[in-house]
Amino acid sequence: MNIPQELRYTKEHEWVLADDGVLVVGVTDFAQAELGDIVYVELPSIGTRLAAGETFGNVESVKSVSDLYCPVAGVVADINTRLGDSPELVNSDPYGEGWMVRLEPENPADLEGLLGPEEYSDYIGAEAE
Amino acid sequence: MASGALMKTPLHDRHVAAGARMADFAGFDMPISYDGILAEHRRVREAAGLFDVSHMGEAEVRGAAAHAFLDFLLTNDVSAVPPHHAQYTLMLNRQGGVIDDLILYRLQDRYLLVVNAANVAKDFEWIGSHLAKDVDFRNVSERTALLAWQGPKAAAILDPLVEADLSAVPSFGIVETRLEGIAVILARTGYTGEDGFEIFVDPARAAQVWDRLLAAGAPHGAGPAGLGARDTLRLEKQYRLYGQDMDETVSALEAGLGWTVKLDKGDFLGRDALLAQRDGGIPRATIGLLVTEPGRHIPRAGCVVMADGREVGEVTSGTFSPSREEGIALARVPKEFAAKGDLTIRIRNRDVAVKRVKKSFV
Repeated sequence: MNIPQELRYTKEHEWVLADDGVLVVGVTDFAQAELGDIVYVELPSIGTRLAAGETFGNVESVKSVSDLYCPVAGVVADINTRLGDSPELVNSDPYGEGWMVRLEPENPADLEGLLGPEEYSDYIGAEAE
Repeated sequence: MASGALMKTPLHDRHVAAGARMADFAGFDMPISYDGILAEHRRVREAAGLFDVSHMGEAEVRGAAAHAFLDFLLTNDVSAVPPHHAQYTLMLNRQGGVIDDLILYRLQDRYLLVVNAANVAKDFEWIGSHLAKDVDFRNVSERTALLAWQGPKAAAILDPLVEADLSAVPSFGIVETRLEGIAVILARTGYTGEDGFEIFVDPARAAQVWDRLLAAGAPHGAGPAGLGARDTLRLEKQYRLYGQDMDETVSALEAGLGWTVKLDKGDFLGRDALLAQRDGGIPRATIGLLVTEPGRHIPRAGCVVMADGREVGEVTSGTFSPSREEGIALARVPKEFAAKGDLTIRIRNRDVAVKRVKKSFV
């Protein structure tokens, strides 16, 4: 299971990358593998203000649908429009071309409250048992 | 359920070694997918896919009264099945509700019933409680492995491996032969809507057959397929799934399976209830619905069907159709709404337009 060291994680299986004051958000390799073939990704409009833990969209696979949860409070600065035609990018490249939203955080320090790579690894290890 | 408590088919090691996603299905640890439901679905529609369906239940019925007993137990006409042929049929309770759907295989000296894995215990108890004299009924599930080899290239890949000439086996035909020395029963049946064979084999030899078919099929684009693809394939053809699209509270006629019911063949379990329903009106219908609204809206089992602003029915099976790349569903609605033009399905608080599609989505 690929868990990049430079990212932060949530228990809802999102990853967060701090990129020059903006947070890039997607779902983890573990999440995409659990979901299976992803056929639809619904994302919020740019400018949407989201609270921490609020659902901001969903990911639909052949077998099931899962909500996406906002890792920290902020405003949607950009969305990955390529997922409209190519939702499978979430399967093939969950930490790269499968990114979902860019978020301007209300409070950049909120990032510190998320899981580190070891903590996330322990968390999914425990969940798998 | 902890994985230690689950039953395993004779091919379990093969699935694990292939890296399949495994899950509990009817108490068995079964492969849901190997390299993705979409890829496996296409493999079956375009080349061939190999399914392990050894979790299903098998029983043998023999004896002088076997034919008459099966005609009383099942809805379809057993007389219409010549030796070495198979028939899709139903087993009903006295209210006309579906206890199970199954395939009856007539061999030279016996009948074989293949039933849904989740229903083995209740089916065989029901059968046992109605057993007649001169009928020998035996559960052979544990000594039967069952593979399904399905797809347009399935016959061409299988033919050189077996002694029999498969071109002589019609749809729903059966042949007892050898596959590279291993005794197998091949039936030209399946649950995908494609040509193909179901292969009955001794569990001790099942892995050999599995390996041989995959090796022979690989150059043709064939490969393994899991229960996830089995579900999308059958739903594209509107084949009913027991436990979702019908159960003991749904009559055979409501399930849209009247074509398997021969009301004029003589008495059988559930016949009186169905006759009353035929004459007095069938309360509900099972219909195929295709999402017509743009955007990938995917109906799921349990979604509500709406008409004129109110809830009238329920989706019993729903998925993304890999062939059409659209949402598809089977739904059960009161009869009077079955032909209505403006049904919608409520998918996550949104009423999505659908249209009725008869018989098959593909």
